[in-house]
Amino acid sequence: MTALLLILIPLIGGLAAFFLKEEKQAKSWSLIVSLAALAVMVYTLLSGNPANKVYSAEWLLQLGSSFSLLMDGMSAVLCLLTVIAYPIIFITTWSSKYTSSNSFYGLMLLTMAGLLGVFLAADGLLFYFFWELALIPVYFLCSKWGGEKRIAVTFKFFIYTFVGSLLMLVGFIWLYFQTPDASFSMQSLYAVKLSTAQQAWLFWLFFIAFAIKMPVFPFHTWQPDTYEQSPTAVTMVLSALMVKMGLFAVVRWLIPLFPAGSFEFSNIVIGLSVAGMIYASILAMQQDDLKRLIAYSSIAHIGLMSASLFTLNESALQGAMIQFFSHGVNVLGMWVVVELIERQFGTRKISELGGLAQKAQGLSILLVIVALANVALPLTNAFVGEFLMFNGLFKFNVWFAAIGGLSIILSAVYTLRMIQKVFYGNTNELTAKAVDISWFEKAGLIVIVAFIFVLGVFPKPVFALVNDTVTTILGIFK
Amino acid sequence: MNLILISALWGVVMMFSGLFIKSRTAAKTVAVAGAVALLIGNIFDLSGKMIISSDFKGMLQYERFGLIFLTVLVIALLVYLLLSGDEVMAVGKHPYEYFALIFFIMSGAGLVALFNNLLILFIGIEIISIPLYILTASDKRNLKGNEAALKYFLMGSFSTGIMLLGIAFLYGGSGSFRVENIAVAANESYMIFTVIGIVMIMIALAFKVSAAPFHFWTPDVYDGAPTVFTSFMATIVKVAVFIGFLNLFANGFAGMTGKWQLTISIIIALTLFIGNITAVYQQSVKRMLAYSSIAQAGFMMFSVFAINDLAKQGLLLYAAAYSLATIGIFAILSKMKDYTFDGFNGFAKKQPVLAFVLAVCFFSLAGIPATAGFFAKYYVLAAAVKAGAYLWLIIFAVLMAAVSVYYYFRVIQAMYFKDGEGQEIAVTPAFKAIMVVVAVLIIALGLLPNLLTNFLTLY
Repeated sequence: MTALLLILIPLIGGLAAFFLKEEKQAKSWSLIVSLAALAVMVYTLLSGNPANKVYSAEWLLQLGSSFSLLMDGMSAVLCLLTVIAYPIIFITTWSSKYTSSNSFYGLMLLTMAGLLGVFLAADGLLFYFFWELALIPVYFLCSKWGGEKRIAVTFKFFIYTFVGSLLMLVGFIWLYFQTPDASFSMQSLYAVKLSTAQQAWLFWLFFIAFAIKMPVFPFHTWQPDTYEQSPTAVTMVLSALMVKMGLFAVVRWLIPLFPAGSFEFSNIVIGLSVAGMIYASILAMQQDDLKRLIAYSSIAHIGLMSASLFTLNESALQGAMIQFFSHGVNVLGMWVVVELIERQFGTRKISELGGLAQKAQGLSILLVIVALANVALPLTNAFVGEFLMFNGLFKFNVWFAAIGGLSIILSAVYTLRMIQKVFYGNTNELTAKAVDISWFEKAGLIVIVAFIFVLGVFPKPVFALVNDTVTTILGIFK
Repeated sequence: MNLILISALWGVVMMFSGLFIKSRTAAKTVAVAGAVALLIGNIFDLSGKMIISSDFKGMLQYERFGLIFLTVLVIALLVYLLLSGDEVMAVGKHPYEYFALIFFIMSGAGLVALFNNLLILFIGIEIISIPLYILTASDKRNLKGNEAALKYFLMGSFSTGIMLLGIAFLYGGSGSFRVENIAVAANESYMIFTVIGIVMIMIALAFKVSAAPFHFWTPDVYDGAPTVFTSFMATIVKVAVFIGFLNLFANGFAGMTGKWQLTISIIIALTLFIGNITAVYQQSVKRMLAYSSIAQAGFMMFSVFAINDLAKQGLLLYAAAYSLATIGIFAILSKMKDYTFDGFNGFAKKQPVLAFVLAVCFFSLAGIPATAGFFAKYYVLAAAVKAGAYLWLIIFAVLMAAVSVYYYFRVIQAMYFKDGEGQEIAVTPAFKAIMVVVAVLIIALGLLPNLLTNFLTLY
């Protein structure tokens, strides 16, 4: 039941936000709504009542589709990430100004509702519904409040993902007619028996949809432009949360629906992912714009996660799922720093910055920790996930692991270079007047840093959560 | 039967009102009253209480599907008259005649929805077509309109001839004009006549619904005709012909799908391709909508391909979704002076409510979930999959749906994201209120399509 509440709170809160007049009101309201969602999520996890994690209501009886939600371990992790990320985003962007801010915050909350819906839906048609609905508000957010080239760039992003999801819809319709009881429910769809040939083409219909969303090389071309042009608060949603939709969907739908297809094509998918890791890392080294640098680094990290999911072994799956959470938190931290820098200096160019550490010590210390987590240094949360993923990848194929491993070195190169250029060295005219960040911005970053260390040392709670999903997936292949 | 009678009579009433009522503006009121009378008559039709309950020796059949379909059409007509009635009166000197022609067309639509005999289908189609030729040329001084009307008339008559020939061939094959007899006789000898007949009727009806490659008249006629009548032609008239198309194929030719499904598939693919790709290149929103109506016809053709229960529900939903959205868009467009995409720049600042409604309408046409258009597309595609359509065709169709997003969203981009003053348009609060109702209907059907489809099975 609380699972339903989790979607309803941001949905109603978001619609209500459109009617608020003042900027302050809209900001406080959306923060309150996101904190309410966080409270509901925490209650759901702590109550331990399994009835809280499922919900089912009649929706489209004739079509065999119902409004059913299910929170398994993996969706719990992603819902938790969503409800934690949103308050942090709202707090750290508190000082940013948006024109017609009521619409901005309303759309942000509607996106949240869409995301939570995707992570919870246990019905094929409902899943598709939320999958699209999460996209519409983001389209408006990026097109209206983005940078100079926002309209064309966002449009490309929209059409790209729309094509993918329509292919997925065709797949769902086809599968629906194969179910014995003409139903879209997860159990009925899982139970469909398909020949290897059928699995082969259906696999690609679904995979392209998810690959565009993640994005996996070579479907990634929308991503750096969109991240660069979007307002940073939206970029945070996109890269911390929305890309997880693709990864999540692979585990919840793609692998269980088409186990044989997933097994058959794992080499191709992992090959693409690993190629994307190296390609994106090399590009990241050459970027001068902080946003583009993080965008490419994000492609590399996502590549590792998608490769791990398709190794289909325990270590890599566990690693990927813990990394869902860790990557979300870490990349959020990176974007917060970019937002703070851009707001203060009006530029994101690495070449125009320098010497910030002398002036803004709080910011520098927190950024260095976040950046080191991005490199997956031991003791940080990302290390746990990446270690397990490389371990799994190694078991699958040594070469993939070896080539993929290069991306760790490359990520150290571009991350450390960025820290060096932005924070150390001499100040220039622009950065000489730098001041440190305000207390609530620090507080937001400290929360992120706390997650980095706590999960780096004690990742067990997340493992415990995702354990059931990993077991289910591995159970399919036994 | 009520609906057919009332609409024919009301057409006559409208013409005489023009003689006796001096006030020009009263025309809209009389027309709205007529539409309400049609709705009431249709509701009595549905409950079986008819002024004349004869089926005229099997010429008509009062099937629930046809009657419900007519309900949707009448509601669309009502919305159309309420939103665009003023523009109809502004077209020329004879407002009462324009409304009269519209009512005659509704009478034809009634025949097409309920026919059980090819002659009735033919008469219905003709009753729909001839007033349309006049409406296209109703703005007498507009050369473009005259040219369009002449083109439409010549090509329309030609397609009518082909249809008549097709009916003759079917008669040759089965010895009957009755739809069910054609189905019975189909397995016997003279098969070749039947097949030729089917193909010819298919061509003629494809022409009427502007499916490629018989669509060439559409952009010119839609562009040349007064914008209010374009709205009427592209919505109510088009879906009315579709119900005849679907009923004929479902009741008459279901037993020999092997003979015509491939041809329909090719027509669908061509229609989707030409409609969508050409719409991308348009600079005028009106012309874009003309091509988009070709593209939407491609999707509606899927229901003719599938001819199963899902297809009927799908066409019903499609008729509602497509008509509501298109009527809404044209209602605003016909109030504007600048028909280009740039004409919409800054519209959201000037008219936030109307911009929102327009956005919902375009979302619906594009088939975004939570709008009626999504389930309309979903149903017809699912029906086609169920009927065993080629997978390439379905995938091609969804790719074309993605293309359609490109040109529909250009308007949304102009309204919301581009800087501009926004055109001045004169709207009354009542107009706004009805537009909001349209948006609410679209979203309601987008969340619960069974609000409409349930009527097919409910008694």
